[in-house]
Amino acid sequence: MKSVWNKHGVLERRSILLTVAILLVVSVGGLVEIAPLFYLESTIEKVEGVRPYTPLELAGRDIYIREGCYTCHSQMIRPLRDEVERYGHYSLAAESMYDHPFQWGSKRTGPDLARVGGKYSDAWHSDHLIDPRSVVPESVMPPYAFLAKKELEQKDVEAKLAAMTKVGVPYTQGMIDAAQADLRTQADPFASSRDFRGRYGEAVLQRDFDGDPARLTEMDALIAYLQMLGTLVDFSTYEAEENLR
Amino acid sequence: MANVIRTESLGIMNQSIAGQDRAPLDALLLYAFTGLAALGAIFATAFSDDRLFRFHGYLLIGAFVLAFGVLTVALNSGRLRSSESHYSDGVIRAGVIATMFWAVVGLLVGVVIAAQLTWPNLLYFPEHGWLNFGRLRPLHTSGVIFAFGGNALIATSFYVVQRTSKARLAGGAWPWFVFWGYQLFIVLAATGYLAGITQSREYAEPEWYVDLWLTVVWVAYLLVFLGTLWKRKEPHIYVANWFYLAFIVTVALLHVINNLAMPVGALHHRSYSLFAGVQDALTQWWYGHNAVGFFLTAGFLGMMYYFVPKRAERPVYSYRLSIVHFWSLIFIYIWAGPHHLHYTALPQWAQTLGMTFSIMLWMPSWGGMINGLMTLSGAWDKLRTDPVIRMMVVAIAFYGMSTFEGPLMSIRAVNSLSHYTDWTIGHVHSGALGWVGFISFGAMYCMVPWLWKKDSLYSNKLVEWHFWIATTGILLYICAMWVSGIMEGLMWREYTSQGFLANAFVETVAAKHVENIIRTVGGLMYLSGALIMSYNLWRTIRLPSPASQTAVTAPALIPAE
Repeated sequence: MKSVWNKHGVLERRSILLTVAILLVVSVGGLVEIAPLFYLESTIEKVEGVRPYTPLELAGRDIYIREGCYTCHSQMIRPLRDEVERYGHYSLAAESMYDHPFQWGSKRTGPDLARVGGKYSDAWHSDHLIDPRSVVPESVMPPYAFLAKKELEQKDVEAKLAAMTKVGVPYTQGMIDAAQADLRTQADPFASSRDFRGRYGEAVLQRDFDGDPARLTEMDALIAYLQMLGTLVDFSTYEAEENLR
Repeated sequence: MANVIRTESLGIMNQSIAGQDRAPLDALLLYAFTGLAALGAIFATAFSDDRLFRFHGYLLIGAFVLAFGVLTVALNSGRLRSSESHYSDGVIRAGVIATMFWAVVGLLVGVVIAAQLTWPNLLYFPEHGWLNFGRLRPLHTSGVIFAFGGNALIATSFYVVQRTSKARLAGGAWPWFVFWGYQLFIVLAATGYLAGITQSREYAEPEWYVDLWLTVVWVAYLLVFLGTLWKRKEPHIYVANWFYLAFIVTVALLHVINNLAMPVGALHHRSYSLFAGVQDALTQWWYGHNAVGFFLTAGFLGMMYYFVPKRAERPVYSYRLSIVHFWSLIFIYIWAGPHHLHYTALPQWAQTLGMTFSIMLWMPSWGGMINGLMTLSGAWDKLRTDPVIRMMVVAIAFYGMSTFEGPLMSIRAVNSLSHYTDWTIGHVHSGALGWVGFISFGAMYCMVPWLWKKDSLYSNKLVEWHFWIATTGILLYICAMWVSGIMEGLMWREYTSQGFLANAFVETVAAKHVENIIRTVGGLMYLSGALIMSYNLWRTIRLPSPASQTAVTAPALIPAE
C-alpha cells in the first residue's frame, strides 16, 4: 500500500506531468456528457414550424439579452403538471435550436416567458415595459420606458444575420440582402408583405408593435420578439411519440 | 506602479543568486507589447462604426497609453530590475488592496440589487437602463466572483507559490502584467454590463474581445505560476499548488470552450455563440458549474491548504486524504453541470449522469472539509483566542454545509421544487459569503501583517466585530432565502381542492417581500463587515514597522509543511 502513495511523488516532482494529468482528468466528464449531444439524433426532436428569427425579432432578442432579462425570466417550461398548466406545453429542444445563445435562464424572479407570445396584447406589453406596476401592482420588475423613445439601430442587421449563418442558422442570401427592408416591413402594417412572408412564413406577425407608427423603436423590436415566443410549433398537431427513437 | 516595484521584496532568501544585473528583457517585452496594444486599440477604435465598441476602444487606448507611459518612465529610471534574492511581494500587496476594493464594490452592488427587488418603486429609474436589475446583476456576480475572488486567488497564489517553492515569481515584470491586465478585464466587463454589452451567458457575460483579452492574461498567469514552480528549490510541489494549478488550467479550458462565438464584425461588440439551444445550454452549465468547482472551490482550497496550517501552526491533517481529495474532486466536479438542467429539454441520460456525479461529489468535498478542519487537531484552543482562525474554520464549515446542500438540490425530485427559486440564491450565497468570502478574508488577515512586516493586525477586536456581524448577516441571508425559495416553489405547484392552480405567479412575488427585506439587511451586514475589515487592514498597514531595520532575520522561507 505504501508504494501506491509513493508513486504520487512522481506527479509532485514534475509540474508539466501534473498539468497534463489534470487536463486529462478534467476532460473526461465533458467528453462523455457534451460531445454526444452534437451527433445523437435523438437530442433534438423533428418538428414542424421552427424557423430562424425575423430581423426585427432578432433585434428584439438582442435587446432582451442586452437588458439582462434572462437574469429573472426563464424560457424553459418543465414537463411538470403545474408548469404545463401555468405556461403551456413543455418546451422542446427544437424550439431553441436557432438560439445562439440559448435563453433558458436559471431563475424565475418573474414568470417563464417561453410561451408568452400571444398571451397579452401589444398595448399591455408596452404599458408593462414602460411601468410594470401600472398593470401588475405587486411586480418588482424594472421599468423600461427608455425603449419606447430609442430608435432601433438598423444598420448592422445584415451583419447580424450573416454572423448567424456562420454558426449554422439557415438564413438564405436573399434573407440577408432584404434584412433591413424586412425589419421595417414587419413593424409597418401597411407595407407590402408578400416577399417578407415568403421568406419567413405566413404566420409571421406584421403590425406596429409599440403603438407609435411614426417611429421604429427598440420597443417595437422587443415586443415583436416577445409576441412570437413559443408560437412556432403547432401543438394541436404535434405528436411527442413520433420522436421516440 | 514603479514605486511599488522598486520598494517591493523585503523578504530575504537564504542564498542570494547571481544575475541581479541582468538586463530586464521581460520588461522590454512587456514595453513592446503595451506599445503594440496601444496602437492596435487606436486603430480598432478609429475604424469601428459601432458606438459600444468604440466606447471600450477608448477605455483600452487609455489603459494601454497609460501603461506605456508608466513603463517608459520606469525603464528609463532603471526600476524594473528584479532581484532573485527577494520574493516578489509588491504585486501581492497590490493584489490585497484590489481584493478589498472589489469586495466592497461587488458587495455594495449586491445590496443595491437586493434593495431593488425589495423596494422597486424607490430604486429604479425608468429613463436610465444602466441602473436596472438586469444590468447590475451581472455586475454583482462578476464583481464578487471574478473581481474579488479572482484578485484574492491571484494574490494568494503568488504568495503561496513563492513561499512553498522558495523561489521568486518567474517572469520579472510579467506578474504585474497579470495583475493590471486582470484589472483591465474587470473594468471592461463591468463597464460593458452597464452599457449593455453582454453575451447573456451567466458568469461568462463579457463579449468576445474581452474574452480574448482575459485569455492572454490567463496564459501569462499560467506561465508565471508554472515558471515559478520550475525554479523551485523544494523537490515536491506543495498540495496548495496542485489546487491552484488545477484552478488555473481548468478555468482556461472552460473559458475558451464556453466562449466560442462568431463576432458580428471584427470591430463590432456583439457576437453570437457558436452553439445553440440544448448543446449551448449544457456547454454553458458545464462552464457555469465548474466556475463554481474550479474557480470558487479548487482555487480557494489551495488557499485553505496553505493559510490554515500556517496560521494554526499545525501540519495538514492527512497527506493521503489530500491526494484522494484532489484527484476525486477535480474528476467528479466536471460532470456535475447537467444538474442545472433537470427536467429541461436536455436528454434525460445527461441529467441522470449529472445528478449521479453531483451526489458522488459530496464525498471529496467533505474529504477536503475534514482535511481542513482536522488540521486544527491539537490547536483547537486557537478558535477561542484567534478570530482569524475562527473565521477560516467557519469558512470550512460553510463549505461543508453548502457542499452537502448542493448534492441534495441536484437530486431531480428535490430540484423540481428548488430550481428557478430563491433557494438556489441562498445556496450560492452560503458558499460564496460563507466559504469563499471568509476563507479569503482569513487569508488577507494573515497576509497583511506578513507582507507589510507588522507584528500583528491593528485590532483583533475589530476582527471579532467583523466575524460576528458578517456571520449573522450570512445566516439572515440564507435563512430568508430558504424560506422564500421553498415557499415560492410550493406556491407554484399548489392546487385548490377543485384542481385549479391556487396562486397566480405574482402572488408568489408579493409573498416574498419580508424575506427580501431580511436578505437586504443580511447583505448590508456582510458589507459592513468588509468595511470594518478594510479599515482594520488600512490601520495595520499604517502601523509603525518594528521589523524594518532587522529584515535580515525575517523568517520568510519556512515551507508550509
